[in-house]
Amino acid sequence: MVKFNRFTLSNGLRVIVHEDSTTPMAVLNILYDVGARDEDPEQTGFAHLFEHLMFGGSVNIPNYDGPLQMVGGENNAFTSNDITNYYITLPSANLETAFWLESDRMLSLAFSEKSLEVQRNVVIEEFKQRYLNQPYGDVWLKLRPMVYKKHPYRWATIGKTIKHIEDARIEDVKAFFKKHYNPQNAIMVVGGDVKTEDVKILAEKWFGPIPAGEKYNRNLPQEPAQQEERRETVTAKVPLNDVYIAFQMESRADTGYYVVELLSDILSRGHSSRLFRSLVKEKQLFSEVHAYITGSLDKGMFVLEGKPLEHVSTDEAEAAIWHELEKLKTEEVSADELTKVQNKTESTMVFSEMSLLDRAMNLAYYELMGDAEQFNHESEKYLAVTPAQIKEQANKIFRKDNSSTLIYLAEMPEEVVDIIS
Amino acid sequence: MSVLNRKDAPRFNGVENINLIQPEHKKLANGCNVFSFNSDAQDLVRIEWIFNNLRFDPSEPLLNVAVNTMLVEGTSRLTTAQIAEKVDFYGAFLQADYHHDYSQITLYCLSKHLNQILPIVKEVITDSVFPEKELETYVRNQQQKLQVSLQKNDILARRAFNKTIFGPTIYGLSATPENYKSLKREDMLRHFRQMYQPANCTIIIAGKANKELLELVTDTFEHSWENTGQAADISQPEPEPSAERFIYIEKPEALQSAIRIGTPFVNRIHPDFPKLQVLNTVLGGYFGSRLMANIREDKGYTYGIGSGMSSLKHAGTFFIASEVGADVSRQTIAEVEKEINLLKDQLIPEEELSLVRNYMLGSLLGSLENILSHADKFKTLYFAGLGYEYYERYTDTVKNITPVELKELANQYFNFDQFYKVIAGKY
Repeated sequence: MVKFNRFTLSNGLRVIVHEDSTTPMAVLNILYDVGARDEDPEQTGFAHLFEHLMFGGSVNIPNYDGPLQMVGGENNAFTSNDITNYYITLPSANLETAFWLESDRMLSLAFSEKSLEVQRNVVIEEFKQRYLNQPYGDVWLKLRPMVYKKHPYRWATIGKTIKHIEDARIEDVKAFFKKHYNPQNAIMVVGGDVKTEDVKILAEKWFGPIPAGEKYNRNLPQEPAQQEERRETVTAKVPLNDVYIAFQMESRADTGYYVVELLSDILSRGHSSRLFRSLVKEKQLFSEVHAYITGSLDKGMFVLEGKPLEHVSTDEAEAAIWHELEKLKTEEVSADELTKVQNKTESTMVFSEMSLLDRAMNLAYYELMGDAEQFNHESEKYLAVTPAQIKEQANKIFRKDNSSTLIYLAEMPEEVVDIIS
Repeated sequence: MSVLNRKDAPRFNGVENINLIQPEHKKLANGCNVFSFNSDAQDLVRIEWIFNNLRFDPSEPLLNVAVNTMLVEGTSRLTTAQIAEKVDFYGAFLQADYHHDYSQITLYCLSKHLNQILPIVKEVITDSVFPEKELETYVRNQQQKLQVSLQKNDILARRAFNKTIFGPTIYGLSATPENYKSLKREDMLRHFRQMYQPANCTIIIAGKANKELLELVTDTFEHSWENTGQAADISQPEPEPSAERFIYIEKPEALQSAIRIGTPFVNRIHPDFPKLQVLNTVLGGYFGSRLMANIREDKGYTYGIGSGMSSLKHAGTFFIASEVGADVSRQTIAEVEKEINLLKDQLIPEEELSLVRNYMLGSLLGSLENILSHADKFKTLYFAGLGYEYYERYTDTVKNITPVELKELANQYFNFDQFYKVIAGKY
């Protein structure tokens, strides 16, 4: 049970306070309700590039990191397709420094040309390091546009192409800031060795004077239901073939979400899971195989991925995965198997509550979805799932005409080609 | 009402007290040491069973890691499927973790289910049988995974660096597909019997480790688990650094080069270690470090660059690692050299040093997040053969070391020309 207090400043900033006196530390987490889905299709990767620029100095404070390190603090941030999240941890005695830094960059950035130029390069190197210079690194760049045709989830957070990042201009940065970075579009969580009354005073002092700004009204094209099987095969310089099958699924806010998460756990969580037992251990067709979901705020993705052993063709590999999916569509899972994944979810949640920062991030995210209190009711929702619901969701999701299959074929080394021809 | 001053930083406080929780200790009759950290904050527990690795045999380089990884693959009474099923059913996590100096089994479990899981762990640790069929699967899958790893430049650079610095020892090992093929079940069984003995085992419990739970663990692991009579040989051959100091693994199509530069170094037991940690932090040990400020934040050559000190039982290294645009490999190395030499030629300004002091103390305080972190701190000390006075010395050093001392250390320990340099990519 994570306890918290909540209040809203007159400029619209939502504040949650989670008191925990067992630690000498404090966290300040700010979630901005903007992600890659809010980008212009011709300027993708911008939300993430912008996250980098948030560390390039603000209107009154030329250097963000230095003053924080000076008081023993650390910070970082991440951008997803849905949100951008910034966090600070520091000794609680120095909490005010976090308010000073975060409020100034919500007020206004320095918009330095030098910072833009450097961070463009840094993000381009990040693009290469994570997506281009790794075997299979470009999978999300290929898979997303297969699953999504209309919705902005069709591009990855890093962006469609390096070109979009190279083209970013300071005017675009300013416009993006004005549109998304204001108190109305943010949720702040302060946690740890703090008192709600003190946080109220600090929040009023540092964030109260920031103008409310304009409310961003999200109006994204929603993804139509998929009606046809989609398929792509790429030949790449990778050592092994790889099979991806992705399906459209419901959004994070949908009641079916909890059912689908357990469905993916049944397939692939732990060494007793179905895919591992059947396809890696018993039939010995794959060296590894996984199932996971994206948990997006709009329509999500259910992904299956596996690397078949060298003597197994990708057709056989695909058929073996489908065989497991079909079983879930025709037979109900046993009560024991369901209890197993529910127990695993329960213990995972207890373990994740050990981290103050995780608690703070979760409170912010649940508040964004409508109510931070729902974080305390997650277990119940998983426990309420029935075998019949699992079967129903399996039938809804695992259809050929709802599937996007991406096959990586390992490019044969030249000497092998010579021998064959 | 006065106008809010946003230009100047609010007043702040230094970190004064860092309280480390020390464990309860009990030595069992069979020689196994049990350390426990109790906290009622959550109804869960983490238990680690830690065994020193056996002496490295270059002809069977994978025995330590393979035996560890395969502990959960079957006992005389339980198949791998039964072990997995039971662990998962009770929502527990049972994993084998391999470290250069030791191998361990770690259990994460809700306290209420511990009595169901503990007998399984006992079987795994005392009666693993490494079934032939599971060994075949392990070998095949590891060979496939290795093929993927060997396509990653950062992994190639790290393997080459370790091999060059440590030679044919447990620290320098770079597994090949052939090494996997030569694994034999009989060798693994022999290795297992010698290594997984109570006198070579340390148990560390953290979480809800109250009296009842301790008794449960003690009862389970004190009885019907005996030493074989032949003590585990946990000595290790001396590292043999190679004479060749420059290694270039050319990848003509690379978009980025992985760079690793470093040298054999003192480890944690050396009196200079805490001082060198300060020097390392200045150079590349945090986001605002000189390497990051120069090579990422000023030049934009990389997504990240850092330096670190690896402290092992019989050796240590100091290293700088990064992945940089393939066209700026040479410039990056030149900048690294420049930063190293700056530390040798000029005093670190007091303002920068005071930032690093505060950052390091805040970071230590923040690393003590929950009872598991206190156990981790103990583990670091225990396996280095150090006591809690180490952290007193550490905080004292961080607070008081002078720019003059740091400059002397840089001159004593850093010689860029003598550093090993590995580049995987383009140069």
